[in-house]
Amino acid sequence: MTADPSIFEVARAVQDGSQACLPTVEAILATIAAREPEIRAFLFHDPEQVLREAQAIDDRARAGDVVGPLAGVTVALKDNLTTEETPTTCASKILEHWVPPYSATVVERLRAAGAIVIGKTNLDEFAMGSSTENSAFQVTKNPLDTTRVPGGSSGGSAAAVAARFAHVALGSDTGGSIRQPAALCGVVGFKPTYGLVSRYGLIAFASSLDQIGPFGRSVEDAGALFEIIAGHDSRDSTSLDRPAPQVLDRKDRGVEGLRVGVVADLVNFCSPDVVRRCREAADGLARAGALVEEVSVPATTLGLSAYYIIAPAEASSNLARFDGVRFGLREEGADMTETYVKTRSAGFGAEVKRRIMLGTYALSAGYYEAYYGKAQRVRTLIIRAFDEIYRRFDLLLCPTSPTTAFRTGDKANDPMAMYLNDVCTIPSSLAGHPAMSVPFGEGDDGLPVGVQLLGPALSDPLLFQAAFVLQEMANEHKRLSAARLDRTDRGGDV
Amino acid sequence: MSGKDDTMFEEISDAWELVVGLEVHTELKTTTKLFCGCSNQFGSEPNTNICPVCLGLPGSLPVLNRHAVELSIRVGLALNCTVQASLFHRKNYFYPDMPKDYQISQYDLPLNIRGHLVLPSGHRVGIERAHMEEDTGKSSHLGGSGRISSASASLIDYNRSGVPLVEIVSAPDIHTPEQAREYVSELRSVLVAVGASDGKMEEGSLRVDANVSVRPRGSTELRTRCEIKNLNSLRSLGRAIAHEANRHIALYESGESPTQQTRFWDESGQVTGALRTKEEANDYRYFPEPDLVPLAPSQEWIQSIRDTLPELPQQRREWVMDLCGEATTNDRIETAISDELYPFLVATLRSGLSPQRVVARTSNELAAELPLPNYFSTERFVEICSLEERGELTPTQVKTLLTEATHDDAPISELIARLGLVAISADSLAEIVNSVIEESPAEWTRFVEGEQQLRGFLVGKIMKASKGKADGKVVGEMLVERVSAAKKVG
Repeated sequence: MTADPSIFEVARAVQDGSQACLPTVEAILATIAAREPEIRAFLFHDPEQVLREAQAIDDRARAGDVVGPLAGVTVALKDNLTTEETPTTCASKILEHWVPPYSATVVERLRAAGAIVIGKTNLDEFAMGSSTENSAFQVTKNPLDTTRVPGGSSGGSAAAVAARFAHVALGSDTGGSIRQPAALCGVVGFKPTYGLVSRYGLIAFASSLDQIGPFGRSVEDAGALFEIIAGHDSRDSTSLDRPAPQVLDRKDRGVEGLRVGVVADLVNFCSPDVVRRCREAADGLARAGALVEEVSVPATTLGLSAYYIIAPAEASSNLARFDGVRFGLREEGADMTETYVKTRSAGFGAEVKRRIMLGTYALSAGYYEAYYGKAQRVRTLIIRAFDEIYRRFDLLLCPTSPTTAFRTGDKANDPMAMYLNDVCTIPSSLAGHPAMSVPFGEGDDGLPVGVQLLGPALSDPLLFQAAFVLQEMANEHKRLSAARLDRTDRGGDV
Repeated sequence: MSGKDDTMFEEISDAWELVVGLEVHTELKTTTKLFCGCSNQFGSEPNTNICPVCLGLPGSLPVLNRHAVELSIRVGLALNCTVQASLFHRKNYFYPDMPKDYQISQYDLPLNIRGHLVLPSGHRVGIERAHMEEDTGKSSHLGGSGRISSASASLIDYNRSGVPLVEIVSAPDIHTPEQAREYVSELRSVLVAVGASDGKMEEGSLRVDANVSVRPRGSTELRTRCEIKNLNSLRSLGRAIAHEANRHIALYESGESPTQQTRFWDESGQVTGALRTKEEANDYRYFPEPDLVPLAPSQEWIQSIRDTLPELPQQRREWVMDLCGEATTNDRIETAISDELYPFLVATLRSGLSPQRVVARTSNELAAELPLPNYFSTERFVEICSLEERGELTPTQVKTLLTEATHDDAPISELIARLGLVAISADSLAEIVNSVIEESPAEWTRFVEGEQQLRGFLVGKIMKASKGKADGKVVGEMLVERVSAAKKVG
């Protein structure tokens, strides 16, 4: 098995002319043409435009121009990131034909780095969901088993990377929307520390939780993409005023002496095969020299309830602007109020309406303290519990998702079962901490399992340091199984 | 403002006391809007000063304008407020001219709290808070009554969307319509003096809502109040408050009570009307704005702003009153301390000229020439007033010279020569007085005998004979001297 070149290596080859961009892009477009009708990862994909951009980059590289650190690298963008002159829908009817007049900061940074946007990917409407089944337009399939969901809400981005429709992708993570689909599709997904990546141009779901992050087929690729998009942006007041952290230089640093806690409370929510992989990962880190210990952080189990008050509360306000007055869908009524009601009734799907109602209720006079106020106090409690535990540990480890990819339709009519998917990912979202899902073996069904690394605010480089080790162990494990299979086959021949 | 007409409309029963608190919104005089880089300019073509942020387009985010914060702190300090660490909240309600369908405002932690404003009359009004928020766009409803409910279509101009506002909330310390007008007028002067606002009520840079209730005189209770929205002239303010108070009194006296309501002032009918009752009121679902970080100005910053605060109207007023004593009227002082005229007043006073005289010249003659041309410097004004002070020109001549000197930038000496303005010498004046007395012996005798009505006749003849060069006051004094001389002789 020859490893893929990293995206920085792809860009270097494009720059020095050793591997032109166009043929690579043509091969990717052929893959998309073959499998997209089944996978349905994209809401917008324009092969002609992609080819023109690839040709332009090759021309510039040949002319000796500096074409950028991501030159010729294909990136899929979750369709809640604004792209100038390209439709941006949030997988919602209410924005079906909307073309933004501006691009998100991350999109500008990608373009400045020479990346090629391969398309806009499907998601749960307004990023509300864990299976990408809540899209108003299409259901995306898991490329590893098309009877299964890719996870969500960034399911289109995860599927695009897993299906090799793009080198890398961007998603957004509010309560696990990058990490959970990454786990279910067998790719790396990273949610950075809140404030490290600008949210300008990310269509808000829950502003205090939303964070943009990368998907990659390797820790290297996720890290390279992260280094490009991170860093202060004066257009986002919650953007941290510090330079983008360097994470790729953490490769080969090992985990010797790192104190890693395995969060027992979260492990309990997960199926046995997932728990087994998590324990193997913990054992592996211990063999590599980390000081691994099981810990209990009971407050983390409160995250789910607090999240499903806070996120809908913010969403109810963030989604008010979709009112039919200035952009998007408008269903005319006899007066203004009727226009609002008809537009929003026709434009939003069931899950979005459910969360707007939940959030509106939680913020209402007379209920605010009992719901929103209390949820905020729980959030503080979780942050304090993390502060406490990170005095004893550098990193925490737990599963990303309680199960491997479930079947399309299995949880679609049971919101509570769907919400439970996020139990392991929500605590670090509430705390604003970084977290990463790294593929680590398979479940009993042969589908990928992701293990999750958690760390305190700004420990992003340390997460990468440990993730490189986990990736190495997972690859080693794959090589060994392959070799074993090989021997068994030969044995059979004899 | 014609005082008599208004007070007629503003009479309130002696048995009841009016209780009013005012909410004044002022647009801040920044170059750009509160949360984006769009121009904050009044009167541009509709929808030209707009961007994704102030249109509330999906994905856009607010970034706080530092200059707007500085101006808000200036307002707070000028109103004797405490400046505190504060937070922005979202105020959620649907309205087409509010792009995000929530307004970014401040709620339980406003920037400025607990201040006061002393009015020219000496009455002190408490300031509960002065907080920052963003303005909405501007709707024009076509067809129907001009309100959205009956409109056939509405046009929206988002140029005003995101313009920085400070909302100044007074304590319910105002007890007459006159005090309400005095408060708004003084507040306006303060806002203009600190450079926070241009104070133009007619352009909407200052908008007033009044919370009105009444109570039996002598009681301290606070009864049900009604809020009257958008009182955009001092005249409407006084009348609306009086009308609303009388409505409450009539209800109480007939055994009923007012209900808590939001009302509007109908200028054509001179009545207030109901907009919505408390039950219909919005639940704004305030919660902390997650797109902004807390606003906590450092003590150093607050101090540096305090250090650059200009002299406030009350300080100017006290200084001028001390110099003038009782003799000068309040109206004159108020005019003379206005921003446009005050530098001229200060220059003349600092030159040691007679305070009463320069207050008169500033508030009457100079005020009549506003706006003043750039070449009309404070030095030019001092030069002209000094001529009068030294008796080189008469008041009549000074008034003529002032008009000329604000329309022609020639040196003062040249203007004097061109206008032939030479003060008459005491000797020539005495000669003229003598000849007038000789020409009109009968009138003179009756005047000496006490017929004061003839004074005007005589002064007029003398002024005419001097071709306007005589100082009326000096002529009067001369006549008095002659009368007493004549009586002694007699």
